[in-house]
Amino acid sequence: MVVKEPGIGVRIPPPVGESVPRVDAQEKVTGAAIFTDDFQFGPGLLYARIKRSPHPHARLKSIDVSKASVLPGVKAVVTGKDFPGYIGLYLQDRYIFCRDRVRYVGDPVAGVVAVSEEIAEQALELIDVEYEVLPPVTDPEYGASPQAPLIHPDLGKYVVVPFIFPEAGTNISNHFKARKGDVDSAWEKCAVILERHYRIPHIQHVPIEPHVAVARADQDGNVTLWSSTQSPFAQRNLIAKALGISQSDVRVIGLYVGGGFGSKAGVTMEALVVAIATKVKGHPVKLRLTREEEFFTTFVRQGLVMHLKMGCDKEGKLLAMENRYYWDGGAYTEYGVNVTRAAGYSGTGPYEVPNVKIDSYCVYTNHPVSGPMRGFGHPEIHAGLEQCIDELALEVGIDPVKLRKINCVKEGSILVTGGRMHPTGLSQCLEKAAQAIEWGMKSPPSAPNKRRGKGIAIMWKAPAMPPNAGSSSWVELTEDGKVNVGVGGQEIGQGTFTVAAQMAAGALGVPATWVRVASPVDTKYSPYEWQTVASRLTWSMGNAIAAAARDARQQILHLVAQAWNEDIKDLDIVDGNVISYKTEESIPLKDMVVYGLPKPDGKGWIGGPIVGRGNFMPTYITGLDPETGQGERAAVHYTTGAQAVEVEVDMETGKVEVLRAVAAFDVGKAINPEMVRAQMEGGLIQGISTALFEELQLKQGLLHNPSLVDYRIATCVDVPPKIESIIVEVPQDDGPWGARGIGEHAMVPTIPAIANAIYDALGIRPGSPPYSSERVYLAMVDGGIVE
Amino acid sequence: MAYHRIIVTVNGSTELVDVPSNMTLLQMLRDKLALTGTKNGCAAGECGACTVILNGEPVNSCMVLAVECDGASLTTVEGLVHDNQLDPLQQAVIDQGGVQCGFCTPGVLVSARALLDRNPRPSDYDIRDALLGNLCRCTGYLRLVEAVKDAARREVLRP
Repeated sequence: MVVKEPGIGVRIPPPVGESVPRVDAQEKVTGAAIFTDDFQFGPGLLYARIKRSPHPHARLKSIDVSKASVLPGVKAVVTGKDFPGYIGLYLQDRYIFCRDRVRYVGDPVAGVVAVSEEIAEQALELIDVEYEVLPPVTDPEYGASPQAPLIHPDLGKYVVVPFIFPEAGTNISNHFKARKGDVDSAWEKCAVILERHYRIPHIQHVPIEPHVAVARADQDGNVTLWSSTQSPFAQRNLIAKALGISQSDVRVIGLYVGGGFGSKAGVTMEALVVAIATKVKGHPVKLRLTREEEFFTTFVRQGLVMHLKMGCDKEGKLLAMENRYYWDGGAYTEYGVNVTRAAGYSGTGPYEVPNVKIDSYCVYTNHPVSGPMRGFGHPEIHAGLEQCIDELALEVGIDPVKLRKINCVKEGSILVTGGRMHPTGLSQCLEKAAQAIEWGMKSPPSAPNKRRGKGIAIMWKAPAMPPNAGSSSWVELTEDGKVNVGVGGQEIGQGTFTVAAQMAAGALGVPATWVRVASPVDTKYSPYEWQTVASRLTWSMGNAIAAAARDARQQILHLVAQAWNEDIKDLDIVDGNVISYKTEESIPLKDMVVYGLPKPDGKGWIGGPIVGRGNFMPTYITGLDPETGQGERAAVHYTTGAQAVEVEVDMETGKVEVLRAVAAFDVGKAINPEMVRAQMEGGLIQGISTALFEELQLKQGLLHNPSLVDYRIATCVDVPPKIESIIVEVPQDDGPWGARGIGEHAMVPTIPAIANAIYDALGIRPGSPPYSSERVYLAMVDGGIVE
Repeated sequence: MAYHRIIVTVNGSTELVDVPSNMTLLQMLRDKLALTGTKNGCAAGECGACTVILNGEPVNSCMVLAVECDGASLTTVEGLVHDNQLDPLQQAVIDQGGVQCGFCTPGVLVSARALLDRNPRPSDYDIRDALLGNLCRCTGYLRLVEAVKDAARREVLRP
């Protein structure tokens, strides 16, 4: 069912679907936009620094803070003994400060608050910590084995949500299983069977703004947190629970976020600064991470070891898949457990496969805390799946585009979890991407020492979240008839405030420029929003905004109908005026939205200040059987898409250059087409960066490249001259005007598209990323094409 | 810590500032002059978010000591607006859709301003070379490069 407006049908009201300018652009180009570190707190501001473990795994024997506490300028020193509560989103598996054990290099053991960052830093050196070093686990497959030392002996006692399945007495904090059809008997019907293994390294989000938060605890017990966060409401909830305070006494203010990509979802370092602030009541306390800390003390993306087995018949029809995913979840998997579930129920990639066996294990290791990152497990699994599919096609002698067309999910396809696929434009995305890259046409390289190739990959991803993650919104009008829309979703660069304004304007009947978004988001005044994650805001928050604006619209129309003695069906709001199609009368909104209207008989007034309210929560998600992973509807919906690239490989250096790239995604309905394209481009470049450059170099748990020099991300010289972005729109039944999300999806198929293009150029499969010059050169040496 | 009194011209305005010996130009701008448009992304000269124009040259302000700037002339992102008019670069970045999170944007604009001041007709290569030190994780750079070309066209045509 496409969302309909009463009496109007499926009409798309402007400015929905128009590329209006961003509402935050002006303040961002002038330097006026306020980010957390820009907010002024006056002379009472104190600064915190964190003492961290130098060991990947050790028992915490004693901490002596006596010398640090008396350093002039130090106001307080805290340790884990002050804060006994556990914290975590899906699995409560960590303390705010370590109490008995450290589990990664960087694990916080103490915090100092002082009058300056320099003094706080000096005080850290005066804290003496005694450790008993334990053997570390640095590989997820080993970590899942019975031989591995236990990292969380209390795993069986942790509080966990009902759809995550930890295995007590092991390092496995979630085991997702899918069993569909009969894999074992399917193999003999296959013409080609492939078994492949890939290892995806940990990477980091690298937002240009490092994490920063400021907290103040007042004498009356209230706590205020200003933070660079994707999740003001989740921070309120999780921090309140961990510290044993009431959620209603915690206020989180989320200022502009200088890039998140998942690293600022949930709670990472914010609980530390709130805990510290409770020891210096009345003072705001600022904690800002250095770039070095940013690389290994907030979330990193999970590493993955995957074992894939897939087979098809001689016509290229996929018959079976048996995939094992061992996720390197790092020291704490409070958030990461759900990555492994989401990647599990989508673990075939975007294909209809009759016989499936998937095991997705979330494994504790002594690596940095692994959590959500743009794509939530999907770039990782697709990196292997889509290379394997390519190889399968060539083995069975069918063009890789054609094999994908045969097998990719279509409306009605039976999914991994047994449910049926909703209408999707995946086939169209694939065709359009292939056409745009001129699939099948080979162009000559630019120099004799270079080789060219083309590659393609497709993807799917659903919003991953609890089944009952909700959104809410309010819409009120001001004396001038303009509109204030309350939202709880965060503007992290994706443009959510702009589409919020567009959707409110469209549903109400006013120009886009009349809408103001009530920002910054403040949990004390803003309506509830679960989190700004999972590419869910345009869809979920959008539904809430549309409902709130329609509620306000109904109140206005009802008022005017009463005042004019007319039928509400004859009234409409167009361009900020209520009009009657019957009498052709018209009245501007400003004449009634605050003070109401006189009664028809002139005796008194009717109406009052207009406030519309709306909320949305999916109510149609069903649980999955823990043993088979089967259920009616595992996820709300899937966004699908395709990418194709042309690359050139330098045979003398191994350098891979992306010459051009195409992205095609089915977004259901593009609320703002230019911003959709901007997501497709930015995501593609982030994908190229992860494909060619990015890897956290961890040795025995210690990170060897925690700087922007040693951990390189794409710069403007690494970007192809042109990216073609293609919008496909097959409407989504539960989205506002049919819209689905696009934020994460844009980097999901990039690694395998590039890997497949490298194969096309060289005849060698590059395997596991990143495809750095060195790796590609060595692969060419191994393959015997260079000496 | 010794303090030094310096005089600097910031966005055309003369400022008298007392700075400690170890204070960086970035810290001075943000903490002493409340010019928070210039961002701190790494404090190590690696990301370009703190780029300002110092005596005509783009520099990472986190790598310059404030005391070195005595007598210098500086332009920050706040100095790009003239007579309530956006700089053509600012308008072009908006028009080309080059804004996302906005954290790298000030540094990118300042680097681009320094480029156009010395080279009003830059090639694609010149633009990419000038923006090489400004990391951006959101946009993928293409719209920023297009914006600089767009602004250069507008400025060449400007009377």
